[in-house]
Amino acid sequence: MSDAKVSLLEAVNLALHRAMGEDENVIVLGEDVGVNGGVFRATQGLRDSFGFKRVIDSPLAETMLGGLVIGMAAQGLKPVVEIQFMGFIYATMEHLVSHASRIRNRTRGRITCPMVLRSPMGAGIRAPEHHSESTEALFAHIPGLRVLIPSSPARAYGLLLAAIDDPDPVVFLEPTRLYRMNPQPLVDDGKRLPLDSCFTLREGSDITLISWGASVMETLQAATALAEQGVSAEVIDVACIKPLDLDTLEASVRKTGHCVIIHEAPRSCGVGAEIAASLYERALLELQAPILRVTAPDIPPPLYRLEQLYIPSVEDILHACDSVLNFA
Amino acid sequence: MPRNTVDLPYTRYLSPDGQLLGELPAWADDFNLLTRLYRQMVLTRLFDQKAVALQRTGRIGTYAPTLGQEAIGVAVGSLMHAEDVLVPYYRDTAVQLMRGVRMEEILLYWGGDERGSHFAEPAVAQDFPICVPIATQALHACGVASAFKIRGEHRVAVTTCGDGATSKGDFLEALNVAGAWQLPVVFVINNNQWAISVPRRIQCGAPTLAQKAIGAGFHGEQVDGNDLLAVYDRVQVALERARHGKGPVLLECVSYRLGDHTTADDATRYRPAEEVKHAWLEEPIKRLQTFMAGQGVWDERREQALIAECQGLVQRAVDNFDAAGHQAPETLMQYVYAQWPAVLGDQREWFLERAARRARGGAHE
Repeated sequence: MSDAKVSLLEAVNLALHRAMGEDENVIVLGEDVGVNGGVFRATQGLRDSFGFKRVIDSPLAETMLGGLVIGMAAQGLKPVVEIQFMGFIYATMEHLVSHASRIRNRTRGRITCPMVLRSPMGAGIRAPEHHSESTEALFAHIPGLRVLIPSSPARAYGLLLAAIDDPDPVVFLEPTRLYRMNPQPLVDDGKRLPLDSCFTLREGSDITLISWGASVMETLQAATALAEQGVSAEVIDVACIKPLDLDTLEASVRKTGHCVIIHEAPRSCGVGAEIAASLYERALLELQAPILRVTAPDIPPPLYRLEQLYIPSVEDILHACDSVLNFA
Repeated sequence: MPRNTVDLPYTRYLSPDGQLLGELPAWADDFNLLTRLYRQMVLTRLFDQKAVALQRTGRIGTYAPTLGQEAIGVAVGSLMHAEDVLVPYYRDTAVQLMRGVRMEEILLYWGGDERGSHFAEPAVAQDFPICVPIATQALHACGVASAFKIRGEHRVAVTTCGDGATSKGDFLEALNVAGAWQLPVVFVINNNQWAISVPRRIQCGAPTLAQKAIGAGFHGEQVDGNDLLAVYDRVQVALERARHGKGPVLLECVSYRLGDHTTADDATRYRPAEEVKHAWLEEPIKRLQTFMAGQGVWDERREQALIAECQGLVQRAVDNFDAAGHQAPETLMQYVYAQWPAVLGDQREWFLERAARRARGGAHE
């Protein structure tokens, strides 16, 4: 057992090795996941450890992958399928909406769908067109699904293991911007993190900063900058986008009376809108200022020359915090 | 100019008027078997007529009649082993009944109640419920077959669809993966000539639908879907082939949709009465009946006794359906997840309050 520093990407790989070693029903499939170990190398080494029957290079057909795993899961396997980039995930949508998320309900519990659909997400790595989306809200709208977005190696590891254990379908989105950034010590002990639960990364009393995915990094940096100005910011990584742990968010906002939500996805109908609406419903009179959102505008992710403009920066977050804290 | 042509088998044993066209396979000497299959076709048709009648009188919702498709479903259902898995589409009353789905369950489903897809019989516990989004089920069947293959089990996944479904990407992606991985899956196309109002000839440019298997690297063939003997024979071969690791098979059963697409459709808007009248001359039940009568194993007395018996079974199913009552509101949240998430507790609360208020006949409802 090692506690060497590992990246988020390596944490995903460790969790997959762990899950496959623990349960022979866990199989990994997708495009280039076998011999090549995945285009980001998330599945590297799995083929050597677990063989070609459990680590499957599939034909290049995402709709097929979305449907295939439903049949596999119905038969008691626990497929973990990789979609190479989030820009290619939409071909699986019909199977997620119409089948994976509702086969349990349709059959009154007779057939279930314990599967995990992994996909990289987000901008900021100078990738080609259609490789930079953050469309988690599309999936968060589907009853019966879980949607998870880890923002650290530890959460990637613990949440992926929990997702594979979970008896229902999970969409697991991995921010590519964080894949190789900031490795941290991680004990590969198989410990699961709780699902349906936010993670409070930093406690504070003046303002609540709510974020997920790659934006958690800038949000933490903003909190550090605020601390230098004497402002105590609480930082919460939502991590479990569906279903939402609103109780934790509400409790924080009741405490601080100020809230900024930061996400990389476009603003309209983003998950930030759901959170803000729920907090207004639950704690309107505790709020001392309107909730502000720091997001991408409603535009497609730009090609890479201008993609940094699209991504919320520390400065953008501090500017929003300033408006909220000084709301008269 | 060189041209690629394909010449696929087309199997038919009985002419439309029930005359034997050639030598029958040995299994067809078993008249007990033929009687059993004939009985199941009759039961299916009487049940189907009842379901349409229940829709017309408002006792169930929209229903997709299986009129004229009985031979295909009965052959498929009777040949599958209990441990095989059926991944059906929505015109599969015949095959579902043969597999062991109960008539009252089919009525419950079309009557607006999810319990109709629960399936009480253990033999069908792993069968999929009917699939409404066209062709998507073909991929689920490939997933089931992949699981069989990974575990080294000698089981077969059987999936059905209509002619329209073969135009969809899901169907073609299913064929592709089935061929690439040589999966133990049998695709049964019920080519009944009509995808709602779109006829087969403008659905696809290929002369047969069966030849789509060729491009995916496996065997495809056509069979007269109104000839029970032919369908039974070819399904048997296909299942054995898939079961013994020899790869998938695509079977195009050429039939005719004698009824409307569903009870919400009116086929007289788009197809000529002459065509339907002609199709009735080819229908599967009369054809087998004529053959069996010619062989001296069927007569009017047996026919009347069979109809009376089947009508009794159908009526009992309707009684069970009537007695089923409604599901409680909380069941709508019972199966969305394995356990309703605690963080969505407030939704459960207000939804059940809404249900209780409506049950009381609240003033604002």
